[in-house]
Amino acid sequence: MNQTAFLPAPGVRPSYSPSMQLARRIMRNLPALLGAAVIFWMIVVAILAPVIARYPYDQTDLNAVEQAPSAQHWFGTDALGRDMFSRVVWGARSAVFVIVMVTVVDLALGLPLGAMAGYFGGWIDTLVMRVADILFAFPGLLFVFFIAATIKPGILAWAKSVGLGDLARSGYLDYAVVIIALGVVGWAGLARLVRAQVLTIKEREYVISAHAIGVPTWKVIFRHVLPNSIAPIVVALSMGMGDIALSEGYLSFLGIGLQPPAPSWGNILADNAGRYWRTFPQMIWLVLIPGLVLAAVVFAFNFLGDGLNEALNPEIST
Amino acid sequence: MAAFVIRRLLWLPVLLFFVSVITFALGLYGPGDPVQVMLGLHANPETIARLRHEYGFDQPFYVQYLNYVSNALHGNFGYSLVKYRDQPVGKLIADRLPVTIQLNLLAILLGVGIGVPLGLIAGLKRDTLIDLAIRAIVIAGISFPIIFLNPVLTFIFSRRHEIAITTAHLNIAIGPLLPMVGGQWDGMFSLKIILPAFIEATGVIAIMTRQMRAGMIEELSMDYVRTARAKGLRERAVVVRHAMRNALIPIVTILGLMLGGLVAGSFLVESWFGVPGVGALAYDALFSRDYYIIMAMVLLIAVAYVIANLVVDVAYGFLDPRIRQSG
Repeated sequence: MNQTAFLPAPGVRPSYSPSMQLARRIMRNLPALLGAAVIFWMIVVAILAPVIARYPYDQTDLNAVEQAPSAQHWFGTDALGRDMFSRVVWGARSAVFVIVMVTVVDLALGLPLGAMAGYFGGWIDTLVMRVADILFAFPGLLFVFFIAATIKPGILAWAKSVGLGDLARSGYLDYAVVIIALGVVGWAGLARLVRAQVLTIKEREYVISAHAIGVPTWKVIFRHVLPNSIAPIVVALSMGMGDIALSEGYLSFLGIGLQPPAPSWGNILADNAGRYWRTFPQMIWLVLIPGLVLAAVVFAFNFLGDGLNEALNPEIST
Repeated sequence: MAAFVIRRLLWLPVLLFFVSVITFALGLYGPGDPVQVMLGLHANPETIARLRHEYGFDQPFYVQYLNYVSNALHGNFGYSLVKYRDQPVGKLIADRLPVTIQLNLLAILLGVGIGVPLGLIAGLKRDTLIDLAIRAIVIAGISFPIIFLNPVLTFIFSRRHEIAITTAHLNIAIGPLLPMVGGQWDGMFSLKIILPAFIEATGVIAIMTRQMRAGMIEELSMDYVRTARAKGLRERAVVVRHAMRNALIPIVTILGLMLGGLVAGSFLVESWFGVPGVGALAYDALFSRDYYIIMAMVLLIAVAYVIANLVVDVAYGFLDPRIRQSG
């Protein structure tokens, strides 16, 4: 290893030693790295859930109820003798699926609507922003629960009417309910952000010159304006994914989201928190483990978003 | 300036119209026919039809909506269908509102009292271990699900703990440090309120810390700070008298917006701790499909939020001439 490579050029006095600089860089990015690692593992677990889980998530075993963590049941078993490790692992798959789908809905609505509002202004801008205002006026979680509770019977009835009764009974439609309820509310924030970004970018010289040389408008938006406004959007999306995970947990906790036996960290908490917390303090892992897993995932997304914010935001990063 | 205020005031009824239409539609087309809920599963179809007619549920949507709105404007938000059978929703909410407002007020006070100093320190000590630790604490605050904090903090603080050290023949019991509310509300200055208020405050702490940290970093990089330093002011004076004051402006804005949220009870917290507030009422209503209560709650919160927003915007318009022109 050539030591001189790390020395500063003659005459330049660095404010920090190279190792100190490296330490600062890592320190600044440590939370983001940690977050990224947790998210990576969650995705791996979600994809490999059938391989990792040692029992089906809904297999009950009445000979082994309320067991402490052991070699057979790493996270113990719940009141129905379901293996908690398997339920938590399958819960990762539910969480990843909901997070990805809600983010896709938010992007599909928020990105084009926000970009059009910011770029064209006029009545499109008024319309989109006023709709966003209306959505913002509603009380967040209560509104999502209200929507989910309201659309659910409709979606189930529709599925039965088109001959998908099995699907309606299977519980898979609960995912659709959660995704629609969160997506309907979630896009407005993204649209506002995209609009604000586009408003500042569209006056830049390179956008004006792109117009001048005859680039079509849609191409200007998608090739020049949006890529340059991506940084805060990525940050918002990352933090938003943590919120989606939390909201799915709350919805399922309240029995409006994913229903047992479908695995969700929220409904695992609902199954166990009320039942065990006060009467059986020795059963705390039934609450601690799913709760900490959900917290860790939300933590990870927020850490990643926070780290990205520090790294991408030119105003704060010196 | 007048035009700005008038524009905002004209938008207000339009916004409230859409909010109320959406709320009413969600309530009307939601699950659980109110008449079915009232009469039970084995009601005779004729009675159901008669009652539906009596209550006006067989009329077209816009007629029902107009009835609801005109009643609501007279202070009648319908009647509870299930748990508080036949009690007026307006009174149910009004009775519980003071409790929720006290709880939320304490949560906001806690949030500001903890969050602003934390953000100040993090902004001053940027990129040090202290900054990293504060950021981590703050993110933890918004990351722990309430449904997790509720049982865990209850377990730690509101249970009797017996610690037996057998080798030393010691048996120590630590009683419940903080009592649960359990439906019995003793006002704002009882020990019971601390735990629910703290759990509600975690989000406020996060928002305040983040805003204060970003504000301090931004203000400290401004030219006027360099001038203040250049003319030989002590660092303490630069930070406290110049940078901090300006960094506090957005905090005041956020506080203004939060005042609109005072009437929104956190139903996960209130129901767990047995706080007899509007959040617990909404929680009950959501589960028993008591839709008039939920509709009234959603409307109340939306109106409070919209008005708080308007007040903040107008106040800003008065204070900051730049907004008047662009708004």
